[in-house]
Amino acid sequence: MASLDLVNVQKSFGPVKILHDISIGLKDGEFLVLVGPSGCGKSTLMNIIAGLEEPSGGSLTLEGRDITTVAPAERNISMVFQSYALYPNMTVAKNIEFPLEMRKVEKSKRAERVKSVSKLLQIEHLLERKPRQLSGGQRQRVAIGRALAREPQLYLFDEPLSNLDAQLRVDMRTEIKKLHQRLKATIVYVTHDQIEAMTLATRIAVMKGGVLQQLGTPHEVYNRPANTFVASFMGSPRMNLVKARVAAHGDGLALTIQQGSAAAVHIDLPRDAVPAALARYSGEELIAGIRAEAVTLATEGMVAGPMQRFVDARIEVIEPTGADTLVVLDLGGHEFTVRLDPDLALTPGQNARFLVDLSKLVCFDPKTESLIA
Amino acid sequence: MANAHTHAIVHVHGASGIQPRLDLARIALYAVLFACAVVFLMPVYVMVVNSFKPLDEIRSGNLMSLPIDWTVAPWLSAWSTAQIGVEPTGLRPFFINSFLLVIPAVVLSTLIGALNGYILTQFKFRGANLMFAAMLFSVFIPFQIVLIPMAKTLGFLGLAGTVKGLIFVNTVYGIGFTTLFFRNYYAAFPAELIRSARMDGAGFFGVMLRILLPNSTPIIVVTVIWQFTNIWNEFLFGASFSDFSSYPLTVALNNLVNSSTGVKEYNVHFAGAFIAALPTLIVYMVSGKYFVRGLMAGSVKG
Amino acid sequence: MKAGYLPKLLFSPSVFLVLVCVYGYIMFTIYLSFTTSTMLPQYDWAGTANYTRLLGLDNWQVSLGNLATFAGLYIVIAMALGLGLAILIDQKIRAESAFRSIFLYPMALSFIVTGTAWKWLLDPGVGLERSMHLLGWESFSFTWIKDSEMAIYCVVIAAVWQTSGFVMAMFLAGLRGVDTEQVNAAKVDGARTWQIYLRIILPQLGPVFVSAFVILAHMAIKSYDLVIALTNGGPGRSTWLPSVFMYQYTFTRNEMAVGAASSVLMLVAIGAVVLPYLFSEMRKVKNG
Repeated sequence: MASLDLVNVQKSFGPVKILHDISIGLKDGEFLVLVGPSGCGKSTLMNIIAGLEEPSGGSLTLEGRDITTVAPAERNISMVFQSYALYPNMTVAKNIEFPLEMRKVEKSKRAERVKSVSKLLQIEHLLERKPRQLSGGQRQRVAIGRALAREPQLYLFDEPLSNLDAQLRVDMRTEIKKLHQRLKATIVYVTHDQIEAMTLATRIAVMKGGVLQQLGTPHEVYNRPANTFVASFMGSPRMNLVKARVAAHGDGLALTIQQGSAAAVHIDLPRDAVPAALARYSGEELIAGIRAEAVTLATEGMVAGPMQRFVDARIEVIEPTGADTLVVLDLGGHEFTVRLDPDLALTPGQNARFLVDLSKLVCFDPKTESLIA
Repeated sequence: MANAHTHAIVHVHGASGIQPRLDLARIALYAVLFACAVVFLMPVYVMVVNSFKPLDEIRSGNLMSLPIDWTVAPWLSAWSTAQIGVEPTGLRPFFINSFLLVIPAVVLSTLIGALNGYILTQFKFRGANLMFAAMLFSVFIPFQIVLIPMAKTLGFLGLAGTVKGLIFVNTVYGIGFTTLFFRNYYAAFPAELIRSARMDGAGFFGVMLRILLPNSTPIIVVTVIWQFTNIWNEFLFGASFSDFSSYPLTVALNNLVNSSTGVKEYNVHFAGAFIAALPTLIVYMVSGKYFVRGLMAGSVKG
Repeated sequence: MKAGYLPKLLFSPSVFLVLVCVYGYIMFTIYLSFTTSTMLPQYDWAGTANYTRLLGLDNWQVSLGNLATFAGLYIVIAMALGLGLAILIDQKIRAESAFRSIFLYPMALSFIVTGTAWKWLLDPGVGLERSMHLLGWESFSFTWIKDSEMAIYCVVIAAVWQTSGFVMAMFLAGLRGVDTEQVNAAKVDGARTWQIYLRIILPQLGPVFVSAFVILAHMAIKSYDLVIALTNGGPGRSTWLPSVFMYQYTFTRNEMAVGAASSVLMLVAIGAVVLPYLFSEMRKVKNG
């Protein structure tokens, strides 16, 4: 296993710049997920790491070796493709064996390796079948098997779960995580699904428009997003982002949320909940972000802790998911989604009181949209 | 988490990821392709170049070299005065014959093919698939096998030795191909469009004239090009069913070249061959991808 | 939609024409092959006499031998050349469409035109041999077209020149139908370019090989125009093919029944190549 360094990687197709100065340092054994919407450049970056495309600028180093212009075959990497890319005219066994054959590994060692890989992935019974006789999930395992055969320094996964149906996707996600823990492999994984990113990664690289938006652990990306894009991209339902006005309040600050002719909502902010830099925005507007699960329904006799505050809001829409209830509120004229307990008796139009955990509050500059830290 | 390494920024040429770099293997590749291109172009080059030489220059000189004494006499001869059979008419009347043959035959066989394609894909009736298979196979038969009975039939219909007779023959044996082309095209046509037209009250001709045909331009072009090329270049039927007045151009050209009497006027032969080749070559160059599509459609299964 | 009377009515002329002018005529010719027809059709039964005579005729044996040689070489060389050109062009060439057009244009020409051009090109007195002599290479000898042993190879050369572009177009389409992710996977797996072609791409082109074979084989059996223009069957009858035989015996030698029999055998040969292919294709279409 190995460390991977991307330094100022750029890519242009003619006048169109696809990747802008991507720099990521990946340690041995890490699971890096490149996540972002379609067109953000994650697949292009993956292809550059694989060697299937050359960068227009910047460099790549694998375990100290410069691989910027090295051919894919020489990079000691394996890749699992979105469409699995199994060789249709070969059996499963031959598919898995192929990379070993190309590296001129001796025949008995090859057979041994195929056996151990297929056992690990529970596809031993499929070894003599051809890809067209396999289901989607089975093909996926074979593709992973082919990648595992060579024990390379780096594994690349290009949206491997996109073509599977929802339940299978969840199961395979767990399988991949288990594989990572078992093999302690260095993995770069591309997906557009932020849940996959959150559950699998040791670190997430959020991309948009060819620019790296944030590189951090799932916890960091989720709780301290670097900008409003990362804030709304990660997490489901999206983080609530509302325009709020900052004002001095006693010896601290308070937020006022008001849109249109609705009644204003005032929240005074505990000193420890907000960064010092927030004081600079006193008298101005900013974008306040709070996730749906940071809010609970206030009940009789509930007391607010030092980081919590009560707010009143009107319930607009109720969406029971079975595991919880998603409720869309009118908070000071803004739509605001909260995640509540599953078995509540609420009605649309009802006014209610809620408890907000302000330790989860993040604020963004209204112009740059970056985090006020 | 920016990385602290300070690698130099590497700029790579041709870095679109699409054009590989120029190295020895690529040079060899282009060299081989170029050599093959030369071989493929050579016969036409020879044909054109020698059609502008006077006869003694051909006899004394190199077939491959450019003319020293440029002359258009061979072309004039090929067109209007060369001996075809026993008459010194040049190829002109037969060029006209070919046009008189090709245009109606192409129009008719295309229309019939379109009609058949429409019927075969939009209607179910007994024997439809069998008839289509029969038409498909008819494309492959050696046409020698129909020469004798067709000769009798043409005689019976009073069409023997006429251009009209050739139109009939070429149309009949073109039906297989044109039906194949249109049938495959209409089989892939979105069914919802037709269904909604029917619901709007379009009948048999309504669907055909208002929905299918207006959206059939690609296949019409492909079919016309294919039929034009095949019928213009056709020889066997021409040789078997025409007489001197109705020879198509291919037969006349063959007559010109293979006449065993007298001096072989290579330059005239070449000029004549190029005249015969010109229409289909022009169609080829102009139609490009449609020509290829016709080849592919004609080769792909039913 | 179930057919009313109108579609059936409009389809019936084509049905009539194909049934009569194709299958009816074939029946007629088959019948003729069992009669005593000479210059004109005669309807007296002759049994299998014509076939016996046919198989015993030296001209027919020569024609068959020539067909075997011609078809064998033509199919193999055209496929190899077509595949080779397709692979070369598939390498992301600049001016790809120019090269493609150059290799494909002979398909737009009549076989008569092709035959005429190659006839003089291969003629020792005025063509290639003479050019070589003029360039100083006095001992160069290329008299194949005048040589009864070698003339058939000239037909092969001209035929390959005419149709390799077509085979190339078929293979190129096939090559481009291969999933690029498989090629990428093979690159990452360590395969070199020739290994990718050999192990992954070509095995998937099976159907294209079959289609190309069927088309080339049936063209070879039907070849007539090219032979007439290039050598007119000569020297002597050394480039006779069954198609030439049929025409000669029917129209020139006044042995119509024998000519009919030869065309029937041509049909059988084509049927043997084409019918299995058609059946398997139609079954594929039916099974979806």
